[in-house]
Amino acid sequence: MKRVLLGAAGAAALLALFSANGFAGGKTKIDFWYGNSGDISKRVQEVCQHFNESQKDYEIVCTSQGTYAGAVQNTIAAYRAGQQPTIVQVFDVGTLDLMLSDAYYPASKLMADEGYKVDWNNYLPGIRGYYATSKGEMYSFPFNSSTALLYWNKDAFQKIGKSEAPKTWEEAAADMKALKAAGYECPLGFNISADESWQYLEQFSAVNDQPLATKDNGYGGLDAELVFNKTKFVQYVTDLKSWYDQGLAVIKSKETGEEMVPAFAAGHCQMILTSVGDHGTIGRTASPDMHWSVAMLPTYAGIQRKSSLVGGASLWVLQGKTKDEYKAAAAFLNFIAQPEQALFWSTVTGYIPVTKTGYDFMVEKGFYKDPKYQGREIAIASLTASDQPSQTHGTRLGGFLQIRNEVSNGWQAIFANKVSVQDGIDQMVTRGNAILRRFEATYKGKQLP
Amino acid sequence: MEKRTLFSNKGLGIALVVPQVLLIFTFFYWPAGEALYWAFTLERPWGGGNEWVGFGNFAQLLTDQVYWNSILTSLIFAFSATALAMAVALLMALLVDRELRGFRVYRTIMVWPYAIAAPALGVAFRFILAPEAGFMAYLNHAFPGLWNPALNGGQAMIAIVIAYVWKYIGYNFIFFLAALQAIPKSLIEAAAMDGSGLLRRIKDIQIPLLTPTIFFLVVINLTDSFTDSFGIVDLMTGGGPNRATELMVYKIFFDGFKGLDYSGAAAQSIILMLLVIGLTVFQFRFLERKVHYK
Repeated sequence: MKRVLLGAAGAAALLALFSANGFAGGKTKIDFWYGNSGDISKRVQEVCQHFNESQKDYEIVCTSQGTYAGAVQNTIAAYRAGQQPTIVQVFDVGTLDLMLSDAYYPASKLMADEGYKVDWNNYLPGIRGYYATSKGEMYSFPFNSSTALLYWNKDAFQKIGKSEAPKTWEEAAADMKALKAAGYECPLGFNISADESWQYLEQFSAVNDQPLATKDNGYGGLDAELVFNKTKFVQYVTDLKSWYDQGLAVIKSKETGEEMVPAFAAGHCQMILTSVGDHGTIGRTASPDMHWSVAMLPTYAGIQRKSSLVGGASLWVLQGKTKDEYKAAAAFLNFIAQPEQALFWSTVTGYIPVTKTGYDFMVEKGFYKDPKYQGREIAIASLTASDQPSQTHGTRLGGFLQIRNEVSNGWQAIFANKVSVQDGIDQMVTRGNAILRRFEATYKGKQLP
Repeated sequence: MEKRTLFSNKGLGIALVVPQVLLIFTFFYWPAGEALYWAFTLERPWGGGNEWVGFGNFAQLLTDQVYWNSILTSLIFAFSATALAMAVALLMALLVDRELRGFRVYRTIMVWPYAIAAPALGVAFRFILAPEAGFMAYLNHAFPGLWNPALNGGQAMIAIVIAYVWKYIGYNFIFFLAALQAIPKSLIEAAAMDGSGLLRRIKDIQIPLLTPTIFFLVVINLTDSFTDSFGIVDLMTGGGPNRATELMVYKIFFDGFKGLDYSGAAAQSIILMLLVIGLTVFQFRFLERKVHYK
């Protein structure tokens, strides 16, 4: 008997040695790589732990790769060496790279193959619209999701006799002037690095119903061209520049010494535009005496508000794994889609629930009534502001990190008075289009799904 | 007469060499070969096909004004960083070599910066040189608008040069000090007795005898400042503002790893390699003539 056990243990050890994702103690082990770090990484680990404790057939090993881009880079390197994880988290703008590869196992197919019935219409429309193919099929599972909001300091606004956040940029400009007159040094904290392309270009264009590119922002084909040098975005940058010149808007970045989120939490800046994901951080770091809230991003007067964009990442299942590993992956993906997990996840992070049932469950449990989390429902309202998904339900453009870099370089030239606003934006578009054409040539003959 | 050990057994010699050759092949020639191949194609990041484009990648780079700007930026960075790192290190080594009080302490301390990893260094200097926090905030308070590397490209360049130089001074210092201490004291003492002053001795005895070390350090410093600078750039400026600090090696890192444009990055690394090889050949051809080895 003892000998048999030893033999079995030896065989198991051998198996584990030969295949990194082998069986251990009868459990199927799979790897999940993600890009979050710090506090969010700890929360992901908790989700994994909950899954491992909830059943005894599978074990998921979750590993942070430091950054979103790092998770993609490392997975590509591992995939090329045949050592890829079963599940990988891919950030919003990396979706297109995955879709054009042969590296994934479509989520919709996986769940059907493994016998899970998923109601894809249960995913909030803005989220589904962003990740789905042009035909509406889901290849990945929306995971951590957020959107951009306006954070405003209620105490400061009270000083200028206002109890509500500005709804339009015209109103915001007047508020900034009043705040400045009331002695506030930084009415609007903002930044012009590549990261802020998300709030100031992409989200702005979405809520103001302005296109970024032709072909339905790229969903319609790889030959899309950028057009944001002819939209309301030009006026927006012109206004930002003039607010900056008047000292109403102040650049807050790691290069200047204080980033905008800490600047808002410390009460140094009275308004910022950032992700709902920062709601928790600000709640924890701001002084308890400071009164603040969130609101939807302002639009320009006379524009019918559209839904804002979802940001964050989705989970992809990769090719080249065994049937058992796919069973484990499907079980995990099914697990995190449960409403109880949505409640846990949204409570410990600032992310929003991705399904209607998750959201309803949280409303029912009184999550949004808790003063600590008050305002987070505005993210859902912002994502669902228009019934019709606007022409800007997302961005599906190749080399988008490089395009964001072009946007940032253009801004830096504009704000340092090197070029005029229009010339700077024209340059972003020209150079961005060159990146798109290079991407298109790389995937010559590939059809966008 | 030099002593030599000869292997009578040829097979053993070859067997001893093989591991080294294998290592070099696996970690140098193979990746370099791959990069060369990618530079002439459009490689898809996830695999599954690539398009042969001949010199297309190079043509696209060399017709791009931005890329030439990046080359110029790299040259400015490399030459100013090398000059500054070597000049300061030489000065410090000369001072320490005089065995002033406490020189043993300086000698140890001055080597430390080289042991600090570029990311930690970048974060530290980002804070020290931030216009609204740290040390520079005081200067900005006294003279508003004096220092803002977040928008001023020239100042951003100064910032990364300072951070880089700070690290390499320690490295250069060890070499200079070792070389200075190898100069026979009798030479210096004889010159001193003949009445030559400190500066005279430095100029006519120490510097000429240091030329092999200076030459070695110029080659190493220039090469390293082309290839070892991206960590500092990534953390301090991200290539900005408006590409003012977009060094060639940083652009390779950004386009390749962040932008997933493997072929563009491969072509850029070939160009960078050729540039560094060219500079090194130039140095050996023209600078080495002035070196006195004996």
